[in-house]
Amino acid sequence: MTEPLLSVTDLKVHFPIRRGLLLDRTVDHVKAVDGVSFEIPEGQTLGLVGESGSGKSTTAYATLQLVRPTHGSVRFAGRELTTLRREELRRVRRDIQIVFQDPYASLNPRMTVGRIVGEPLQTHSVGSRRSRRAAVADLLELVGFDPSYTNRYPHEFSGGQRQRIGIARALALNPKLIVCDEPVSALDVSIQAQILNLLKDLQRDLGLTYLFIAHDLAVVRGMSDTIAVMHDGKIVEQGPADAVYTSPQSDYTRALLAAVPVPDPERMRARKAERLRLRPALSQA
Amino acid sequence: MGRLLEVEDLRTHFFTRAGVVRAVDGVDFSVEKGKTLGIVGESGCGKSVTALSIMRLLPTPPARIVSGSIRFDGRELTTLSERELEDVRGREVAMVFQDPMTALNPTLTIGTQIIEVLRRHLGLDDRTARRRAAELLDEVGIPRARERLDDYPHHFSGGMRQRVVIAIAIACEPRLLIADEPTTALDVTVQAQVLDLLDDLRREHEMAMILITHNMGVVAESADDVAVMYAGQIVEQAPAHELFHRPEHPYTEALLAALPDLDDSDARSRRLTAIPGRPPDLIDPPQACRFAARCPYAGCGDSCALEPPALRELRPDHRVRTAHPASEREAVTA
Repeated sequence: MTEPLLSVTDLKVHFPIRRGLLLDRTVDHVKAVDGVSFEIPEGQTLGLVGESGSGKSTTAYATLQLVRPTHGSVRFAGRELTTLRREELRRVRRDIQIVFQDPYASLNPRMTVGRIVGEPLQTHSVGSRRSRRAAVADLLELVGFDPSYTNRYPHEFSGGQRQRIGIARALALNPKLIVCDEPVSALDVSIQAQILNLLKDLQRDLGLTYLFIAHDLAVVRGMSDTIAVMHDGKIVEQGPADAVYTSPQSDYTRALLAAVPVPDPERMRARKAERLRLRPALSQA
Repeated sequence: MGRLLEVEDLRTHFFTRAGVVRAVDGVDFSVEKGKTLGIVGESGCGKSVTALSIMRLLPTPPARIVSGSIRFDGRELTTLSERELEDVRGREVAMVFQDPMTALNPTLTIGTQIIEVLRRHLGLDDRTARRRAAELLDEVGIPRARERLDDYPHHFSGGMRQRVVIAIAIACEPRLLIADEPTTALDVTVQAQVLDLLDDLRREHEMAMILITHNMGVVAESADDVAVMYAGQIVEQAPAHELFHRPEHPYTEALLAALPDLDDSDARSRRLTAIPGRPPDLIDPPQACRFAARCPYAGCGDSCALEPPALRELRPDHRVRTAHPASEREAVTA
């Protein structure tokens, strides 16, 4: 078997808690990520789920080296990222991109759509000005955004359209891995479906690998080949998506699944009973 | 059981520089005593403006209730003076908002904030009010209630803060509780606990509830009846079981189809059914059916593009605003 595109081993991110004014000292650590390991084979999706504060976003940032990990190894396409210097890291970053949660905050309001999508190309000095302009038009078309709007500004578009702009920007450098950090949680249901379908199509057509982070367990199931459930900085359960959803092994996963409200009053009644039974698993945690 | 709240032909418009935004445009519904009505819809459909109109909490200008009637227990609310309203708000009709951090005053202890309500509406003295406040916190499931009265909102987690807000809302035993996205800011496990709490309280206090949410699952879990809103209007209304099992309006069907299913083992290989396009601009909404542009059944030559469909009763308690309800479509194709 070939090496997975991304393998993360025993990743830890600890933030120091400091006390004192004159005698500044570290009294303890917040163990935001505490020994996380996972692998993603090329072309597949790992769904990382968990509640707020579970460490899923920090795990993603540490994987990207946006936060330097305290401990552990991150191997991407055969290279160890944790020991790379800034210049080398910059080159690797062409292959790893990110789509953010909030399409309002993640696009510079003073830049046109064309400049936003073309910025990664410019930063990495790819092609001439003219070829970049053509590339931007292609990218926008790829994500279902009308290329004739390249000279408009983000505020002229709805949340769903803005998320398409964010995805086009992430695709600009033809990356191998895209970290999707809650990419649809700010969107309405009908728009959410459009974006999820788009991400699936792009994965199929471009052979992309996704690290897909979300708190909505139904959304994650439809996107993922494997699932990792995080709680308190640790992965409490990991496995093929089907197995995790149909026969969860940890009580925490069970409680999490039972808490999801499903749009069916009858199924809901059964879930409610399950939920009350599993409540202890949560209060312990 | 009787009707506690009756809303008829409610129209709330915003008079802005860009034009008149018809945020709520002809909404009718009623809430039975002790029952929960769920109002669902996507952003901008007018569900929150409906709630704020009932409470008369919208800034005027730019907002104005241009027509309609809101009768609470036989009393017309739209014509009450601000003074008279203050006796209704918080006492007979209470509200829980989405974000518990902004709903609470960060500079006052939560004890002070509960006691304020008890003194204003029930005229309790300080000592009685304090004792009652501790009982309320205990009732909403906050451990060590008496000690926690002296804590400030930032000492509580999101879920606990929402419990405090709920304690304030039920302090005067209101007969109607309006909860506007009460669990949207919370994690799923906490959401489940808060929904269970609201349901328990509703039963024990024989309160009616209006639960406003964008989440179909939350409605399925908690509501007796459901109203689906689209572009400022109710497009379908039915008992919850009926709505989820026999949806009639193409929009309701599309919304349910667009939801990823937690129990679908083929989800990975399946595409979701997205709804093309987006809701209309409410400054200049279509003269006829507001969903027509996105509706898969709106053909040329039919009434969809010509006249607005009325909200009609297809079956007892099941009302729908479309020329193409599912049951009639089947009859045509069969």
